Amino acid sequence: MSNKILIKKELIPGQTSMLVLDCPQIAKKAKPGNFVILRIYEKGERIPLTIADTDKETGTITIVYLVVGKSSALLETLKEGDTILDVCGPLGKPTHIEKSGTVICVGGGTGIAAMHHIAKGHHLAGNHVVAIVGARSENMLLFCTELGYFCPELLIATDDGSTGHKGFVTDLLRERLEQDKDVSEVVAIGPVPMMEAVAKVTKPFGVKTTVSLNSIMVDGVGMCGACRCSVGGETKFACVDGPEFDGHEVDFNELRMRLTQYKEEEDLSMQMFRSCNCHGE
Amino acid sequence: MVNKQNFTPTRTPMPEQPADVRNKNFSEVALGYSKEDAMTEAARCLQCKKPLCQKGCPVEIDIKGFIKHLADGDIPSAYRVIKDTNALPAVCGRVCPQESQCEGACILGKKYEPVAIGRLERFVADTFDSDSACEMITGHTACSLPNEQFKVACIGSGPSSLTVAGYLAARGVPVTVYEALHEVGGVLVYGIPEFRLPKSIVAREVGALWSKGVTFQPNYVGGKTITVEDLFEDGYDAVFIGVGAGLPWFLNIPGENLVGVYSSNEYLTRINLGRAYDFPNHDTPAPKARNVAVIGGGNVAMDAARTALRLGAENVYITYRRTQDEMPARLEELHHAIEEGVQLELLTSPIAINGDENSKVKSMTLQVMELGEPDDSGRRRPVAVEGKTKELEVDMVILAVGTGANPVLLEATPGLDLNKWGYIVTDAETGETSIPNVYAGGDIAGGSATVISAMGAGRRAAKTIADKLGV
Repeated sequence: MSNKILIKKELIPGQTSMLVLDCPQIAKKAKPGNFVILRIYEKGERIPLTIADTDKETGTITIVYLVVGKSSALLETLKEGDTILDVCGPLGKPTHIEKSGTVICVGGGTGIAAMHHIAKGHHLAGNHVVAIVGARSENMLLFCTELGYFCPELLIATDDGSTGHKGFVTDLLRERLEQDKDVSEVVAIGPVPMMEAVAKVTKPFGVKTTVSLNSIMVDGVGMCGACRCSVGGETKFACVDGPEFDGHEVDFNELRMRLTQYKEEEDLSMQMFRSCNCHGE
Repeated sequence: MVNKQNFTPTRTPMPEQPADVRNKNFSEVALGYSKEDAMTEAARCLQCKKPLCQKGCPVEIDIKGFIKHLADGDIPSAYRVIKDTNALPAVCGRVCPQESQCEGACILGKKYEPVAIGRLERFVADTFDSDSACEMITGHTACSLPNEQFKVACIGSGPSSLTVAGYLAARGVPVTVYEALHEVGGVLVYGIPEFRLPKSIVAREVGALWSKGVTFQPNYVGGKTITVEDLFEDGYDAVFIGVGAGLPWFLNIPGENLVGVYSSNEYLTRINLGRAYDFPNHDTPAPKARNVAVIGGGNVAMDAARTALRLGAENVYITYRRTQDEMPARLEELHHAIEEGVQLELLTSPIAINGDENSKVKSMTLQVMELGEPDDSGRRRPVAVEGKTKELEVDMVILAVGTGANPVLLEATPGLDLNKWGYIVTDAETGETSIPNVYAGGDIAGGSATVISAMGAGRRAAKTIADKLGV
């Protein structure tokens, strides 16, 4: 696999970027909902990233990342033509997609990118896809143009009201669910509080709700259990049993606390990276 | 019976790093015999007419044969004898449970200490200076030329697959080994710590295989990136599945998902594969704690406990529900662990892990056990002492209670027969699965076992494949 960066686009300067990678073997196999594990350089950590798009013809996959820690900051230093040391995938169970009618796909922040792939899958299966996207501000919205190509409805919420509804995606979701009793599924990808809030909103409507968990992972193939989470009182591995689960059954508190396990180390890594700016060499 | 002059009843000691030094570093604990040590030890072998040691070896190395050559100072011949049946002697000399295999069968052991066969095997493998990759892999100077009309794939790059690759490469068959992780070697790399099996040893074996035309493809997950079906479509003549067990067991007790609870797989993979012992120089963080409990009594439990000590834990406990005598760990590892300061909490079984207000581990509740009647395994069954529990103050818990069959590849391979535990069913003689030309070996076929048994299975499968291909 070449793992070469063919295209790099800064979606939100200094914060979120998109990479199109030459990974023909992964592109051939990837389905919406799958993710990859990257390792950027020799001393790098394995990090999971959801696949935002694939093109089997050109043999490429698209990933979108938010610069949050050392690994993503280091990834951000790579340019078109550079190669990512390791790209492994496609991992995880693909999204369950079938023709079911109307599907609402909710995306928040960087999660919009991952949601895009799933929304596209639902569209190709013949579903009426309603996309609801949210961000802090207009300039932080992602993939709206792409979603606009195939979503007959695209609803936008921003915290500051710079575009669309001023408020949360859940406001729009509740409104949409109240208008239409025939929604077959709600898919939500984004920050944990957003997914939890979405699950709370959909619960009284009895709509099937799927969330995608961004747990900490090591191998990504079910070998270590770092990503374990509680779903309906049972322990599941997000990497092989998920990453998508029934949002009404997920223990979000546990997820939140497990996500902070390495906070101290992550901060230290980032601090060192920022101070020496030596790109880990 | 023993009438040689100068016979020593005890084996030649293995030079080691002192316990209070090595429990702070990740360098190899056992330093290896000098040539003098090896010659002295080799001279202890009685050269039995009917050597029991060979029968005790899962791959039936001609042990007395190699020791004879060694005693004569002929290391190349000793190496060749070992390599005739064992693909990875430098590894086996370090990690085999010799006390229950070759050395357990050694006749000297009845009255004295058995010959230190494992240490001799290691000495030969470490010392032999091969001229070529072929010689390194086979011990012989000539291997078959590559025959491009064949190709064989291995899924997984642990000991069983490396054996298959070596056996076939020596016979000119091009082999491609697909590995899910980013580094080749399977459990030898992600599981067994550096202080017990240096990665350079594995890298040397892998390097020789590369030179003999074996291709390694890391980051290929069997069942995800590539399936068995894909491989046949790509024209492979045979596929060997050696993906290991790879699904960590948990105990289903309360508190297992608290922060600070790890499977031994996670803990060791972070530290070994991710080099987390070198954080922040390497990016993968290692969990840190002052008081660590490791649950289990096998080699993996020892590895995890000794690793935790090296990462600075003040107290490391191994909790085990039976007694020291029933522990399945290799004797040497248990001894090393105790010497280094690991504390044993025997006859205890965890019933709950307790957390603080931030969901971090603060203690573990243990059920006190006693030994009852022997069970199916012949070991005395641990039974709970009614109403007797104790609390162990710990801020980390590592579960080393075994692994099951990882379903990722199995679910993606229709037609593959599995047994009731989820492991692949294979023909005992040939290693073939229910799918023609698909073979399996190692932990995914037999359940969790040893490196050497995985290699034995790999060898049987490779032999069948070679016979079928007529090479």
